[in-house]
Amino acid sequence: MDNSDEQLMSSRNLDDIGDADDANWGGLEDLPGHPIMWVLILSELVVFGAFLLVFSAARISDPIGFASDQVQLDRVAGGINTLILLTSGLFAVFAVHATKAGDILRCRLWLLATSVLGMIFLIIKFSEYMGKFDVGIGLESSTFFTLYFLITGFHALHVVMGLGVLGVVAIWPSRINIETGTAFWHMIDMVWVLVFPVIYLVR
Amino acid sequence: MKYQSQKVALYYIYGALTLFAAQILLGVVAGTVYVFPNLLSEVLPFNIIRMIHTNALIVWLLMGYFGAAYYLLPEECETEIYSPKLAIIQFWLFMFAAGAAVVGYIFGIHEGREFLEQPLWIKVLIVIVALMFLFNATMTLLKGRKTAISNVLMVALWFVALLFLFAFYNPSNLAVDKMYWWYVVHLWVEGVWELIMASILAFLMIKMTGIDREVIEKWLYVMVSLSLFSGILGTGHHYLWIGTPGYWQWIGNVFSTLEVVPFFSMVVFCFYMVWKGGRDHPNKAALLWSLGCAVMAFFGAGVWGFMHTLSSVNYYTHGTQITAAHGHLAFYGAYVMLNLAIFTYALPYLRGREPYNQQLNMWGFWITTSAMAFMTFTLTFAGVVQTHLQRVLGMSYMEVQDQIALFYWMRLGSGVVVLIGVTMIIWSLVVVPRSAARVTTGVRQPAE
Repeated sequence: MDNSDEQLMSSRNLDDIGDADDANWGGLEDLPGHPIMWVLILSELVVFGAFLLVFSAARISDPIGFASDQVQLDRVAGGINTLILLTSGLFAVFAVHATKAGDILRCRLWLLATSVLGMIFLIIKFSEYMGKFDVGIGLESSTFFTLYFLITGFHALHVVMGLGVLGVVAIWPSRINIETGTAFWHMIDMVWVLVFPVIYLVR
Repeated sequence: MKYQSQKVALYYIYGALTLFAAQILLGVVAGTVYVFPNLLSEVLPFNIIRMIHTNALIVWLLMGYFGAAYYLLPEECETEIYSPKLAIIQFWLFMFAAGAAVVGYIFGIHEGREFLEQPLWIKVLIVIVALMFLFNATMTLLKGRKTAISNVLMVALWFVALLFLFAFYNPSNLAVDKMYWWYVVHLWVEGVWELIMASILAFLMIKMTGIDREVIEKWLYVMVSLSLFSGILGTGHHYLWIGTPGYWQWIGNVFSTLEVVPFFSMVVFCFYMVWKGGRDHPNKAALLWSLGCAVMAFFGAGVWGFMHTLSSVNYYTHGTQITAAHGHLAFYGAYVMLNLAIFTYALPYLRGREPYNQQLNMWGFWITTSAMAFMTFTLTFAGVVQTHLQRVLGMSYMEVQDQIALFYWMRLGSGVVVLIGVTMIIWSLVVVPRSAARVTTGVRQPAE
């Protein structure tokens, strides 16, 4: 085909294409937000999943060491942070509802509320880290703490990136952007819901 | 060939093939020194032979990327190259830098830092060459149509140049030196070169399978995402047991394990596109190289990389012949084959002929690829025996070398076969038979 055909091809609506696997994103097509975000989300889940498996395997090889390190974690702070992130996820849902209703101002306010909770999460997490550093616990104190800092640190880094993503989609609040950004945010709170019990709670 | 300025790619392709021949010749010499250790020891010591072997490889691959970019950018951007003259000057400057480096090495002038042995002034020259290319190619991109393929390719080539800047920083502490060294070495071959690979394969798939650009671009985005996601933090697998903090082990293990995924996605991509396209492209050899590239990269970079990437394994295998096995098949599969794919595809158009010497080229493919696979197996066995004797039983290095001499003989044998195969490939690409039909219009391209 010549180039004018090619241009036509790229501008036509995805729904017009007869052969479903040809030009759409396959299984990712029906998910909200941009499909490439779901490639990222799936990759993230694989990485955090792998880290939690590694953590669990390391615990099996040293149950006593892990238990004695685990009691030094602040479970109350972790629990509060869980509630905060879950609530922020709810606010993100409200932001999506608002954008579906076409109410951009309300959408932005919910995104702001989501972000504020994200920041509170980071503050609590930061104070937890400081508490550990104050008593001389660092990244290389033990396998438990290496993995604790790496996993929760990676997660906290994602919260920071998530705040950036929410900021960007708040500036350009089209429906697809909001869905894409909040999908990323939900990934972050879902990962925390897995990280918290595995690292803080399981005895 | 639609655009006259695409012809500058010919310089780069011929230049690359010249250095390719030099690289393989020196490889055979190095393989011979392994079995006759005193051979040439006064004239051309082994460290110099190895230096030329590895440097020639890297330079010809880069030259191939420049050539590929000059060939595909006009077609993707639907415009002539911004300045073909500048591209030709850039070529001769690059060729001069490569030649001067080799002559210098022979006289013992080098910085001694593995792969980055070039004296400072040659490194500066390389940066100038890169800047000339980036200016020329970016200006071409800016004035033309922007496609996912050209954008990904250009982003990757920009990062190739930016990451090379770490070559100028050489701290005296060896562990710190290696940390920065890997920023160049790892982030090239396991980061941005993968983007170059994905974008060139995507270009070839569009041209040869007739699948819609829209479909190919989606695959390209997924492959690029997976490469960067796993490759950047995958750098951690080089920070094992070299004096870097212990947490790198966990990061390296997890992310480098995932580095297999983008290579696998490229295999699925190429085969799925060819199967789905069901189109009979006349350049069968180029298609063979494209598919072969994806498969051998998966084995060489993916499987052979994973084999020794976990820190508990690497504790024993670090720097043994296992590394040599992986290095050989990874470079051959991913980047040598990629370049040969685009050369095989582009040359008939650049020379204005129907695809020529297809049989010879494909024989070259099978002979070289089989010999490289055999070389990889012999080095892998050598590495396993070496690891056990040296690292587990604690025998001395030289004693172990005697024990694995048989494998070095077999490696030399496979190296000679590679030389034969490569001769066939280069001959098939460069020597156009009189019987090869001319393409009359010079404009007719296979449907996109």
